Amino acid sequence: MHFRWVVVSKAPRLRHIRGVGFWILCGLALLLIITPAAAIVISVLVKAAPALKWTLLTNTTQNIQNPGLQNAILGTLALSLGVVIVAGPIGILGGIYLAEFAPRRLGGTLRFFSEVLAGVPSIVIGLVAYTALVVALHWGFSILSAIIALSLLTLPYIVKTTEVSFTQVPRSLREAAIALGLSRITTIRKVLLPPALPGIISGMVIALAISTGETAPLLYTASFSQSNPTAGLFHNPIGYLTYVTYYYVQLPGAQNQALASAAAAVTILLVLLLIFGGRAITARQRKMVARLDV
Amino acid sequence: MILVRRRAGGLPAGPARVARTHSHELSTGDRVLQWVSGAAATVPLAGLLFITIILVVWAIPAIIYSGGTFFTSDKFFIGNFYNPNFSSVNGVVAPFGANYGALTFIIGTMTSSLIALVLAVPISVGGVLMLSEWIPRQLEGPLSTFLELLAGIPSVVFGFWGLTVFGPFLGAHVFPALSHLGVILPFFKGSWAYNGQGLLTASLVLTLMIIPIIASTTRQLVRRVPVLATEGALALGMTKYEVVRVVTIPYVRTGIIASALLGWGRALGETIAVLLIIGMANNPPVNVYGTTSTLASTIAADLDSALGDGTGMAVRAMALLGLLLLTMSLITNLAGRLVVRRISSDALPVGRGV
Repeated sequence: MHFRWVVVSKAPRLRHIRGVGFWILCGLALLLIITPAAAIVISVLVKAAPALKWTLLTNTTQNIQNPGLQNAILGTLALSLGVVIVAGPIGILGGIYLAEFAPRRLGGTLRFFSEVLAGVPSIVIGLVAYTALVVALHWGFSILSAIIALSLLTLPYIVKTTEVSFTQVPRSLREAAIALGLSRITTIRKVLLPPALPGIISGMVIALAISTGETAPLLYTASFSQSNPTAGLFHNPIGYLTYVTYYYVQLPGAQNQALASAAAAVTILLVLLLIFGGRAITARQRKMVARLDV
Repeated sequence: MILVRRRAGGLPAGPARVARTHSHELSTGDRVLQWVSGAAATVPLAGLLFITIILVVWAIPAIIYSGGTFFTSDKFFIGNFYNPNFSSVNGVVAPFGANYGALTFIIGTMTSSLIALVLAVPISVGGVLMLSEWIPRQLEGPLSTFLELLAGIPSVVFGFWGLTVFGPFLGAHVFPALSHLGVILPFFKGSWAYNGQGLLTASLVLTLMIIPIIASTTRQLVRRVPVLATEGALALGMTKYEVVRVVTIPYVRTGIIASALLGWGRALGETIAVLLIIGMANNPPVNVYGTTSTLASTIAADLDSALGDGTGMAVRAMALLGLLLLTMSLITNLAGRLVVRRISSDALPVGRGV
């Protein structure tokens, strides 16, 4: 044990004044977190309120009289679907390996670099996807290059949440499976997966929230399209919500600004819905796991 | 300290390890799953290597062309594509007059991210301490929702808000007051854009963006502070502030440093919000409100025009900017993750602190 002498001031009054001063600053800090968070959401929604009409869902950004967001919303959904298909299985399997199979050393290394990948700036991922996929492989601005960029971005998150979901399954369940002589694969499928599943799903949902809110990795992979997404993975630009905000907010004119704020509001609502939906699933899982633990 | 280390050791007694020690013969199905999942687990590492290799390979001609001026020159010009002549250095051909000096972007990136870091650390730690020590239990949940809210707001929405609401507000009401500081601190002197676009606005928005990363880590660690130590300190007659100073802060310090490094990495690489707010001037900021640009925002803004370069060198210059940005963010990230290894790996968020 290591002890350190701590000198506190001897005058009681001074000690209290110091404490009060410190806590006032802390309260101020909390206000500086809460106020902007609320201000951003409220001001975006208020700005967008006049622009929120049903035509947003029925028209595309191409419509000159009454531009809408249909192409962007459908594009964002298509890209999300792509992330689920590409990053989902890889991330979940990777998480299972780290939780169930990986030797200590190797597991630590893989986990470490997966987390480091999460720290790579999203524009760098976009730039690499552009140079390697769009240019070098001649895919052109394409849905597939955008999906791969987004998958690389969300993969570490899915791996992490899957691994955590598996390691949090109560030990008693594992011991029961071992006592029954179940094979590893049966243990994972029949014993560990059911209680881990909500955690995995909430990880996926939050990964989708992250990819829905991204712009930088898509600018030079998906580019943008004014019309609705079509089938075809290569040479096929696709629209998405964040681009509408990014692009139209820089253009003059009330109509452009209204479109930008509407897109921002839809994005923020979509992302928050996903995040808090994911949270709700996690909370339910915790209760369930606690009940399972004998 | 021993007690502290053990308590911070992350997940309670790894159940995964139990299964491993009892491991028996693997069936064929087990082996298949082991190999398939093992392959999947290497994908993030492979992706990281792929990113690094692609950037290095693409950047090499630009490195040869620019040499040391990349770090020393603040003149970044992708060249005149319409001039029939070309500039050539060491056999590498680029459009006429091309000069890839990144000093402006390096200064812009470092100043904006460091201002954000210096502001975000005390705000996060103070806010979390307030939340955990004074706010009643029933209110703690609802109030911490604001942290999740801040973590969830997309980058482009931060940019939208900074450009249309926050920037104009700062320009009209806050900067005039701040400029009085110019008497003591000269960089607060001078003029600013009417809509607030510039370094300080961008830094303040970056501050908001990295608060969730630092706060979520601090919050997890504050919850794990040993009760015995805090109660003991209280029993010694310490005030609540002294308990925080003597017990809580030393306990969470390493975690704060680690998450601050991660937050710094996030601020370095932030693109769209900064692009919309910082003003994208091709020069270092003249004062704290001045317009400038960063590495990340320049890549996003200029890659478009770089595509028009027939020699292809402009895109390679972008790759060089990307390589520098990747190096910077890898250093902060590796450092953060290595620092935190000593205490606990699961306290640090992956992603944006959601």
